Amino acid sequence: MKIAFTTQGTTWNSAMDPRFGRTEFLLMYDEEKDELTHYDNRDTAKDAHGAGPKTAQKLFELNPEVLITGNGPGGNAAAVLEKTGIKIIVGATDMTAQEAYDKYKKGEL
Amino acid sequence: MKIAIASGKGGTGKTTLSSNLASYLAEHREVVLTDMDVEEPNSGLFIQADLKHEEDKFKMVPQWVEDKCTLCGICQKVCNFHAVIQLGTMIMVLPELCHGCYACSELCPESALPMIPKKMGKLIEFRSDNLHFIESRLDIGEEQAVPLIRQTRNYIDKTFPDEVIKIYDAPPGTSCPVIEVTKDADFVILITEPTPFGFHDLKLAVETMRKLDKSFGVVINRDGIGNNDVMDYSEAEKIPLLAKIPNDRIIAEFYSKGQLIYKEVPAFRHELDGIIAYIKTLKDLKQ
Amino acid sequence: MKEIVVISGKGGTGKTSLTASFAYLGGEDVIVADCDVDAADMHLLLEPDFEEKEDFYSGELAYIKQDQCIRCGKCAKVCRYDAILTIHNVFTVDSLSCEGCGYCARICPTNAIINRKPIAGTWYISNIKTGSIMVHAKLGIGADNSGKLVAKVKAEAKEIAEDEFKDYVIVDGSPGIGCPVVSSLSGASFVVIVTEPSVSGLHDLKRVYELIQKFKIKAGCLINKSDINPKLTEEIETFLRIENIEHIANLPYDEDFTKAMTNGQTIVEYSNGHLKEMIDKSWNKIKQLVTNN
Repeated sequence: MKIAFTTQGTTWNSAMDPRFGRTEFLLMYDEEKDELTHYDNRDTAKDAHGAGPKTAQKLFELNPEVLITGNGPGGNAAAVLEKTGIKIIVGATDMTAQEAYDKYKKGEL
Repeated sequence: MKIAIASGKGGTGKTTLSSNLASYLAEHREVVLTDMDVEEPNSGLFIQADLKHEEDKFKMVPQWVEDKCTLCGICQKVCNFHAVIQLGTMIMVLPELCHGCYACSELCPESALPMIPKKMGKLIEFRSDNLHFIESRLDIGEEQAVPLIRQTRNYIDKTFPDEVIKIYDAPPGTSCPVIEVTKDADFVILITEPTPFGFHDLKLAVETMRKLDKSFGVVINRDGIGNNDVMDYSEAEKIPLLAKIPNDRIIAEFYSKGQLIYKEVPAFRHELDGIIAYIKTLKDLKQ
Repeated sequence: MKEIVVISGKGGTGKTSLTASFAYLGGEDVIVADCDVDAADMHLLLEPDFEEKEDFYSGELAYIKQDQCIRCGKCAKVCRYDAILTIHNVFTVDSLSCEGCGYCARICPTNAIINRKPIAGTWYISNIKTGSIMVHAKLGIGADNSGKLVAKVKAEAKEIAEDEFKDYVIVDGSPGIGCPVVSSLSGASFVVIVTEPSVSGLHDLKRVYELIQKFKIKAGCLINKSDINPKLTEEIETFLRIENIEHIANLPYDEDFTKAMTNGQTIVEYSNGHLKEMIDKSWNKIKQLVTNN
């Protein structure tokens, strides 16, 4: 299974970014391959409006099954994500990506 | 004659002044009061009138026609607002983000994105004797106030003759929606409080009105609190000071209950008389 | 590090005065972010020194290069905002009407139109009298407050807080329920709603809470001027109970709010009495709520 995280860095030790649309990175973990990759999303800082849908579109292309993030995505981003069928897990704030992953696996998120 | 009532910051008494001024004027003549704060209209909380007319307001947004689409991706590339998104074999339109520029629709080589009307809000018209009250309200999630304000202005121009006094209650701030409201006003009343916050935001509002080349005056609300900076500034800048509404807890209490104040507080009514007298001199000047 | 965002649907509820008071009470532990950029007033109370400044560019604006323009008028035909002006057959862009869609530039046959990023305002990093730092901004006229500017101000404040191991970022949030307030709320640990017992206060409280719920952020509420209308205060309290919003405190209608402001002071500096005590208590309660969250 492929899992996406909104993070402030590119490693397991990176802090989670509670934001969705303007998250700094999308960290991708492929469980089968045990492979960690990332997408640099800092470009959204240039957009006055519509950062949410743009990030959602990118996420769709990255094609994870699950997204783990902090706050819930805003209205427009949520509308796009709904169409992608990606399962959204919120509430992963004040922790690292590793901690968020462990919590998710234990069903604590 | 069109009078817009605006202010730099929120909570300075815009709605109090516009609803009271309109109701007071309507005791002797026909008046249209319009709440142009389409994101958070609440003048209606102070006006008791009968529903006369109601209409949905629309904006034009693209609609994806799947059969015609070749998924070339031009539409999403030309949209500067991220309102058109391509998800694999699907094109998704986010109407709330769309500015109705038509670029995606007209630049689509297959005509697969025709523009269709989408409801963005509602205009409601009430009437109580001489007072017409119009409120436009954006639907939740809609972000662009300007198109609805523009349509509301058009509705008023079409429905009411020139000689009827029109009062616009503007949204707070100095951004695009305020500019759209004050654009065709004959006179703008800037209401402020004589406090450092009020003064700071008044200066921004004055700068905006000067840039738009508007004729305007200042009303001080809650006179007696704060300091003399607003008064000194108005004098130095030769901005007419139309009224000073006294600071009185009783006014805040009537306001909190949604009651008209001029009926209860003579000092308040006296200040409205001053504003009306000034407006009348403007009219004479025009004729 | 925790991020506390203070908002109120409508203006004039005392939000900025209270936010500045909390910043003062928090002293060196609190980095301040003024995201109410439409009416950025916090600097009037916290004595910033405007140490660092940077221009802020936002959106796009069409610009016609006259030497390449062949006056074909195609731009004016496609523009839905009547932003292309023709005076004596010279085409120019009305910057207050242009929405920056970029359509004209795309169809111009001689590529005479370019999109420029206009300066929307300036943002600052300042040392303030609390011994801490504030990030704030000033918008240009007719420039729209945007999610982008709010995100920028907040991101700077957070970075400073993390670098300097501060406990809190306190954000004076944007008004309304649009994109800027969405951006103010995004990433928050806790939201403080300041409201007042007036018909419009309650109305706007409900609208703004709808938005907070979407983000699943814990919220608390301060009812200011609560004695102005006891009946409505009660109604607000009931609403808070039903929605499970923490009721932080009721504050009285007190002209010390204005007097402090006129002195360029926060309320807790100006007032020694009961009001200061209540704001003190509110701040402690907020800190407790944020930590237990």
